[in-house]
Amino acid sequence: MIKEAPIRENYEIDRIRGEFPILRREVKGKPLIYFDNAATTQKPQQVIDALTGYYTGYNANIHRGIHTLAEEATAAFEHTRDAVQAFIGAASREEIIFTKGTTEGINLVAYTWGRQNIKAGDEIIISAMEHHSNIVPWQVLCEEKGAALKVIPINEKGELLFEEYLKLLGPRTKMVSVVHVSNALGTINPVREIIDAAHKAGAVTLIDGAQSAAHLDINVRDLDCDFFAFSAHKLYGPTGTGVLYGKKELLDSMPVFQGGGEMIKEVSFEKTTYNQLPYKYEAGTPNIADTIAFKAALDFIKQVGKEQIRKHEETLLAYATAQLQEIKGLRIIGEARKKTSLISFVIDKTHPQDLGILLDNRGIAVRTGHHCTQPLMDIFGIPGTTRASFAAYNTRAEIDELAAGLQKAIKLLS
Amino acid sequence: MAGHKTIEEIEEEIVEEFSLFDSWDEKYEYIIDLGKKLPDLEDRYKLDENKVKGCQSTVWLTAEYRDGLVYFKADSNSVIVKGLISMLIRALSGHEPDEILGARLGFLERIGMMTHLAQTRSNGLLAMVRQMKNFSLAYKIKKHEYGRDEGKSN
Repeated sequence: MIKEAPIRENYEIDRIRGEFPILRREVKGKPLIYFDNAATTQKPQQVIDALTGYYTGYNANIHRGIHTLAEEATAAFEHTRDAVQAFIGAASREEIIFTKGTTEGINLVAYTWGRQNIKAGDEIIISAMEHHSNIVPWQVLCEEKGAALKVIPINEKGELLFEEYLKLLGPRTKMVSVVHVSNALGTINPVREIIDAAHKAGAVTLIDGAQSAAHLDINVRDLDCDFFAFSAHKLYGPTGTGVLYGKKELLDSMPVFQGGGEMIKEVSFEKTTYNQLPYKYEAGTPNIADTIAFKAALDFIKQVGKEQIRKHEETLLAYATAQLQEIKGLRIIGEARKKTSLISFVIDKTHPQDLGILLDNRGIAVRTGHHCTQPLMDIFGIPGTTRASFAAYNTRAEIDELAAGLQKAIKLLS
Repeated sequence: MAGHKTIEEIEEEIVEEFSLFDSWDEKYEYIIDLGKKLPDLEDRYKLDENKVKGCQSTVWLTAEYRDGLVYFKADSNSVIVKGLISMLIRALSGHEPDEILGARLGFLERIGMMTHLAQTRSNGLLAMVRQMKNFSLAYKIKKHEYGRDEGKSN
């Protein structure tokens, strides 16, 4: 048996769990154990309250209204922008563009900056562990422009080969777009070093922060990344809203993404002048409710303490890794030295889908499949994995249940 | 195969068998057991063209037409899916195309399978049923075009 890690002091797990009403429900007659946090996290009561608070108290379209509701809604919406600016250490609030989520952020850059700057023969570098969202927009761009997509290889532990990356960099490299934390492996990539090297080669950088924003301290000025994209729903916030950070000078110089309301200054049939940042990239009525509630999620993280959450998750990861390694025939996919709280694994002679179904029958939610990283799964020679990912409200007792559930499933399936 | 029983009668049998189980643990144990017992499909059938689309796991399905009846063989790399296929084969294999095409397969709902499986997985189950019906439709058209005797020799 595994030695019990010391229970962390100052981490009020019961109080934290109490803030997530969904954790009180049952699935298949058992208490829900939610280990699919890398897909989306559950929402604390204050986020749910913020959503209903907006709709019941001050629902209005923002920015142009003269009436009280519109002013209140605009203020709340813009407060989220300030909170995001502080959350990622951006230099100014104009650098915070609200999007639907990470995918839209990456697409925005590929369609605007990409179409302006990428020419035939240019090269774009991504890594072997990218989510499809950070592959396809660049592929589309490369096809259109006759540019080439280069891929940083990885080792068997699931770590990027930095030396190989340096070899890929050259005068033709125009963009380096890499994932901060792999959604399938948990690997934390050395993005700061990646960005430095890219800048020395004269390339622009984008960091896919979908999996890192909830777990790591993000400071875009320290990282010196040119773009950073992430989603609210993976950090206890609502779905359908996210952020693209971009350096002001870049955002200013790029063409517009979508045309419509909000993003314009003046429109005539002859010519339209565009609004200033950040509104230039926020065409149409934005996702007001979810963006307002996003701030409540950031407040939640602040109240618990990001450092506290990270330490709690590290404890869970170490505990789960030890527990799962005890299981005969189980192989962890992704054993990087630096990982976030996520374990992907395969078990001899069992299909991930079967494990997923049998765990679900015990109320345990995990993800099975290729995690939208098919090229990565090909490298490991597997069709997919079972993935358990942990968040602020998970416990070691839940991990014990996972381990027991896996043992039972293996017994049934073999 | 149970040549003399109708598809509906076989469905009824399956529903009765499932009514003996108290829990989903037992149901899954039974389905997994069925999956293990279903013979593996020979490698020569494991072709891309025999793959059923819409499943998270890989499913191969093939059919043959003998003496006016359709026979199915299938396999999957997921043993639970294989168990579900085994039930479908038990219900549908060895029947005339028309009976298969008209089968409503209400047993899947009645044993709770459709509500218990996540949406994506029950879609996969429906994809299998659709593929089995497609085979039956193809044989029916063939029989209609070439006459009864031709149909026997496929």
